[in-house]
Amino acid sequence: MREMLHGSKAVAKAVKLCDVDVVAAYPITPQTPIVEYIAQMVADGELRAEYIMVESEHTAMSACIGASATGARTFTATSSQGLAYMHEVLWIASGMRLPIVMVNANRALSAPINIWNDQSDSMAERDSGWVQIYVETNQEALDSVIQAYRIAEDREVLLPVMVCMDGFVLTHTMEPVDVPQKEEVDRFLPPFEPEVKLDPEEPVTMGALGEPQWYMEFRKQQDVAMERALHKVKEVDAEFSRVFGRGYGVLEKYGDDDAEVVLLTLGSLAGTIKDVVDGQENVRLVRLRLFRPLPEEDIAEALRGASVVGVLEKDIALGLGEGALCTEVKKLCYDYGIDARVLSFVCGLGGRDVRMEDVEHAIQVCRQAARGEKVNRTTWLGLREVAP
Amino acid sequence: MKVVADIPSYVKCRHTCEASLSASRCFRFRQLLKEVSDEELFASGHRACSGCACALAIRLALKAAGRNVIVTQPTGCMEVVSTPYPETAWRVPWIHVAFENSAAVASGVEAALKALGKKDRVKVLAFGGDGGTVDIGFQALSGALERGHDFVYICYDNEAYMNTGIQRSGSTPYGAATTTSPPGRESFGNRTFKKDMPRIAAAHGIPYVATASVAFPLDYMEKVKKALSIRGPAYIHVHASCTPGWGIREEKSIEVLRLAVDSGMWILYEVEHGRERVTYKPAMKRPVEEYLRLQKRFKHLTDEHIAVLQQYVDERWKEVFGEGPSP
Repeated sequence: MREMLHGSKAVAKAVKLCDVDVVAAYPITPQTPIVEYIAQMVADGELRAEYIMVESEHTAMSACIGASATGARTFTATSSQGLAYMHEVLWIASGMRLPIVMVNANRALSAPINIWNDQSDSMAERDSGWVQIYVETNQEALDSVIQAYRIAEDREVLLPVMVCMDGFVLTHTMEPVDVPQKEEVDRFLPPFEPEVKLDPEEPVTMGALGEPQWYMEFRKQQDVAMERALHKVKEVDAEFSRVFGRGYGVLEKYGDDDAEVVLLTLGSLAGTIKDVVDGQENVRLVRLRLFRPLPEEDIAEALRGASVVGVLEKDIALGLGEGALCTEVKKLCYDYGIDARVLSFVCGLGGRDVRMEDVEHAIQVCRQAARGEKVNRTTWLGLREVAP
Repeated sequence: MKVVADIPSYVKCRHTCEASLSASRCFRFRQLLKEVSDEELFASGHRACSGCACALAIRLALKAAGRNVIVTQPTGCMEVVSTPYPETAWRVPWIHVAFENSAAVASGVEAALKALGKKDRVKVLAFGGDGGTVDIGFQALSGALERGHDFVYICYDNEAYMNTGIQRSGSTPYGAATTTSPPGRESFGNRTFKKDMPRIAAAHGIPYVATASVAFPLDYMEKVKKALSIRGPAYIHVHASCTPGWGIREEKSIEVLRLAVDSGMWILYEVEHGRERVTYKPAMKRPVEEYLRLQKRFKHLTDEHIAVLQQYVDERWKEVFGEGPSP
C-alpha cells in the first residue's frame, strides 16, 4: 500500500514487517523519530517485541549482542555520537558474527557539536566488519531493512548490517512509500533460526579469548564472510526485485553510459546530482549503494570509459585531504587498470546544503581536468570564503 | 598449573555453622546442601591461580544456580582463565562481550528470553569483577538495575584490577598498595575508602541486594538461590581474594577472607525488599591489624594508618551491630 511516510516511519514499519523480537535503543537526533515510532508500535501492541530503553548507545549495542546471541531477531538505530560511542561493541558484534540490523541516521560528528547530516559517522566505522548500505530514498530505506535481515542471517554470511540514511534529509522528510504486505514479507524473510545460540539445552561459550594462534583465523573468516556478503546482497536484491517489483543492486548507474565524466556518490545526494546530470551533456552518475563490502568489480565496470571520476561525498578523511570513498576509488582504479583521473569533492559537511550550483561546479572542475587543465585533487564545495 | 577447583571441599555444614548461628539456620544450610548441584558447572582445568577465590565465587554460584542459566561475563581474569579458545571451563551457556557491559549484555539476553517465551525456564546470571562493576561497568549496571530486568548480578570483588596487574579500582580499600597506588615518600598507598557498591545497588530500590564472602560458601549460595528465586533485578557483592594482588599465600585465601568478616572489614548482610538484615555476626570481633598482617598489600602501613582503618571499621560495626568493639 502506498503511503506518505517520513523516512523514520518507513524504517519503523520495516521493523514491524520483519517481526523483530528485541529492540534496544537510545534516543539521538536525528534518529529519534525511529525509536519513537517503534515505541508507539510496541505500546499499541502492533509490534510484539521486547523494547529495552537503554541508558546509552554502548548498552544498546551490547544488549543487541546479548539478545542476538540468545536467538532473537534484533534491531537498533543510532546516529553520529551514538555510533561513535558504540564503536567498541560494533567490532564485537561483527567478530561474534551476530546478524544485528541497525539503521544509522547519518549525522556529523563533534566538534563543533552539530546535529545535521553528513556521513562522517558511518565512514569512520568502515573497517568494523559491518555490511554498510547507503540509501537514497525512504522507499529504499524500508526495503533495505527487510533485505538486511535476509543478508545478515544467511548462514554463509552472519554479519551485522548497517543501513545508512541521511539524517533529516530522509529521516524527517515525507515521500510516497509502497509498504509491502506482511504476508509477502513473511514469505521473503523466514523466522530467525540461528545454528548456535545461548541455550541451556546445548551450552556454548561465546566470546572466548582468541590467543595469537587463533585470532588471525577469526579475522580471515570475517573477510571471507564479507566476500560472500557481496554475492548475497546481489542475490537477495534480485529476489526482492522479483517479489516486490523493485530492486537496487549494489550501485545505480544514471545518465549516458558513454559520458567521459562520471560523478560518484552515496545516499540522498544522488537526487540533486541526477537533476543536474539531466541538464548536461557528457556526464553521468554512479550512486554507490553498497559500501561494505566494497563492490570493486561492479564499480570498475561502471567507471569504464571515464576519463575523470568526481567523487562527491559528505565526509573528510582528515590527514588525507580527501573523502574516504575517493581514496578507495583511486585504489580500485589501480587494481583494475582504469586510467582515469579521480577527484575528491568534499561537500555537505555538518548539514551544509549541497546546491545544484555546487554540483555544476564539480562537473566544471571535472571537465577542466578532462581537457588536461590543472585542477586541485580535492575541492570543497560550497565552502565560505575565509576572512583575511 | 594447579587448578582452583581442586581446593579441598568447603561445602560442609559444620564448616560454616559458627557458634553464633542459630539452629534453624543450620537446618536451612543442611537443606541447601541437598539442593545445590553436585555437578561442576565451572569445570576444573581452567587457568586461574591456585587459591583464586574469584574462581570459587563462580563455581559456588553455579552450584546454587544449576544448569538452567545463561551467564554473561565481562573482560577480566575470570574470562581470560576460563575460555582460552578452543577450550572452555563453562558447562552452562556463557557469553563475554567487553569490559563494561556485562549487565547490558544480560539485559539483552533477558529481553530475548522474554521475547522467545523462555524466561520462566532460564535464569540470567551476570558476573563482573570490581573494576567491571563499580568503575567502568557502573553505568551499564545502574541502567540494568533501574530498568528492572529479571537477572542476578554478582560482583566478585578482589579490590583492584588484577587482570592487568594490580591497579587500584574504586573498590580498593584504604591504604592498600597497588601498582597505581604505590606507597612512597609522599604516599601511604590508596587514599580512598571502598566505594559502597552494595548500598548504591540497594538505592535503586531493587528487590534483593546482598553481600557475601567466599569464606562463607553456604551463606553465599543461599543468597544466590534467593536472588535467583526473586523476580526482578538482584545484586550480590561477594568478597573474593586474589593471591598475587593481595600478596597472600594460596592456602591462606579462605583464612584471610574469613578474617575480613571477623574483623568487620567486610560485613555480611542482605537487603530484601528494602529490609536490611545481617546474615552473620562474628562471635568475636578481631582487630583489623590481624587481617592486614596476613597481606603484603598492607605491610607498609604505619600504626597511624591502621588506626584510621580500625576507626572506620568500628564506626561501621557500631552502625550495623549496634554495640561496642567486642560483644
